[in-house]
Amino acid sequence: MQIQSRLSSLAISLLAALIIGGCSSTATEPVDQQEPVAPAPEVVAPVEVVEEAAPGFAADNTTPVDGAGQPITRTFYFEYDKAILNPGDLASLEVHAQILSRNSDRSVVVQGHCDERGTREYNLALGERRAAAISSFLRSAGVSSRQIEVVSYGEERPQNPGHNSAAWAQNRRAVVEYR
Amino acid sequence: MGLLLGFIAGKGLVGALSRVLCSLRRAKGFLALVILLSLSAPLHAATSLDTIIIDRGVDEPIRIAVVPFAMPEALSDAANLSNIVAFDLARSGQFDPLASENMLSYPSNRQAVFFRDWRILKSAYLVIGRAELAPENGKVVVEFELFDVAGERSLESRSFTIERSQWRDVGHKIADLVYAKITGVQGAFSTKILYVLAKDAGSTNARYQLEIADADGARARTLYASSEPILSASWSPDGQRVAYVSFETGRPSIILQDIDGPYRERLTNFRGINSSPVFSPDGKDLAMVLSRGGDPEIFVMNIATRKLRRITRHHGIDTEPAWTPDGQSIVFTSDRGGRPQIYQVELATNFLQRLTFIGDYNARARILPDGQHLVFVHRRNGVFHIAWQDLEKDSVLVLTETDLDESPSLAPNGAMLMYATQDQGRGILAVVSIDGRVKYRLPSSAGDVREPAWSPFLPDPLTAN
Repeated sequence: MQIQSRLSSLAISLLAALIIGGCSSTATEPVDQQEPVAPAPEVVAPVEVVEEAAPGFAADNTTPVDGAGQPITRTFYFEYDKAILNPGDLASLEVHAQILSRNSDRSVVVQGHCDERGTREYNLALGERRAAAISSFLRSAGVSSRQIEVVSYGEERPQNPGHNSAAWAQNRRAVVEYR
Repeated sequence: MGLLLGFIAGKGLVGALSRVLCSLRRAKGFLALVILLSLSAPLHAATSLDTIIIDRGVDEPIRIAVVPFAMPEALSDAANLSNIVAFDLARSGQFDPLASENMLSYPSNRQAVFFRDWRILKSAYLVIGRAELAPENGKVVVEFELFDVAGERSLESRSFTIERSQWRDVGHKIADLVYAKITGVQGAFSTKILYVLAKDAGSTNARYQLEIADADGARARTLYASSEPILSASWSPDGQRVAYVSFETGRPSIILQDIDGPYRERLTNFRGINSSPVFSPDGKDLAMVLSRGGDPEIFVMNIATRKLRRITRHHGIDTEPAWTPDGQSIVFTSDRGGRPQIYQVELATNFLQRLTFIGDYNARARILPDGQHLVFVHRRNGVFHIAWQDLEKDSVLVLTETDLDESPSLAPNGAMLMYATQDQGRGILAVVSIDGRVKYRLPSSAGDVREPAWSPFLPDPLTAN
């Protein structure tokens, strides 16, 4: 319970930082110094507590799992033309941040994707903004920028090849791939 | 339709084509009919764009008769050159070629032309020609002549010696010459197109191919194939090289490649976006988008020195550069105003101005050769169209009626543009004249076709005699 409440307060403060960042179009900061910085003590403190939960990797050493050993989602969806994280995704992203913080030899590629509406090159930029929103969160949660690479595929690699709103919703996403 | 197809197979394309266009005009131009180009072109590669569908032409097209060329038996496996010429002219939407079976005579030299025959048929112009084998070297000598029927005079006459492989080249060349003589505008039938052919995009079997073909989609061949995405192909102004974006390294990088030679080089592979390469009008520089600093900005690379110059400085999205024809400015898409709009920056002064104000999504602009007009992707009521804008005025003319229209690419004569759209869930290429009156489609049965890039005028591969 203690962990839960501390996690959610962290999540709320990070979400606030991201929303402020998103609204002013600064989701794709060039360097760490310009990041919207979450309060440092809150980031550090839960790490000690959740250590016992030990999120990490499944036996295949690839699939990220939470403290209970359950695989956590690696795909995060976005609204049309938006690059703002869904509040419901922050808990999973926090687990990814813990895994990366505890495994400094591991890294991720965050892939950004769009639906097919709009021009291809503009969507390449929008996909990067989505992946950067994930990257921003992870770095705010203590992950080294050296462990994260952002790659946008724009609309070039749809998850669903359909041409309808259900397909589009599946295609507006960012995917965390462990290396 | 069965009758029509049988007719095409039996009598050649020209007659059917003319009938199609006549019925098109009777139906006020909104009826779409299929013309099976492939039936008359046995030299097609299997992956070529397969059919052209003419949706609409001008209201009063110019009536022209292209008489079947006299050809020896040894060349009977090739399409009659008159089919290639007539089809090119019909495809422009500005000509109405006469059905060959309606002709009263089939002259192939000047002495056999009786102008009265063509006046009766209301043909304003007449094209005749012949092809002969040169016995000593296996080459083919092709001659043609264009007449003004009312004035009973010859307007143009040429002779070419060609390789058998240049059959379509000489057909397109004759169409260019006829078109230029009659309309006063340089023809673009001899040009090429680049496009991306995608199969099973997004799946583990995905295959992406950068293709080059004639402007009518014939004679396609693959310049590069990958399991990773390819996009944003751009011609060098001399038509010798292509720049494009490939994800072959796991991130987008800009590739420079020969069209016909072995040269291929990765120009950039920075972290982040490396994309939207576009050659400057003098061919020395490449405008591009890099996000190595954290957000996408426009850069200009000198191709010889590889030196980069940063053009834009804004934390928003800056992308999709295009050069003005004088090479002095770059237009680009930016969301610095909150929504994607088109801006222009003058390179010498960094003077920046916004060009589009109507609508909340205007992107991927290209500038007409006159430097006075833009074409771009324009969203209206949630639907993406290709639009045209006079830079002197703010009015926007929407050229296309379909949805998800994108990637407009201008023919080098500025008369038409090719763009990507969807037809029954499949990506296809389509062409619209710059006034919106002429439209045709180039579908493909091979996969999703997208990202067209229309070539500049290319060096003439033919030698005139």
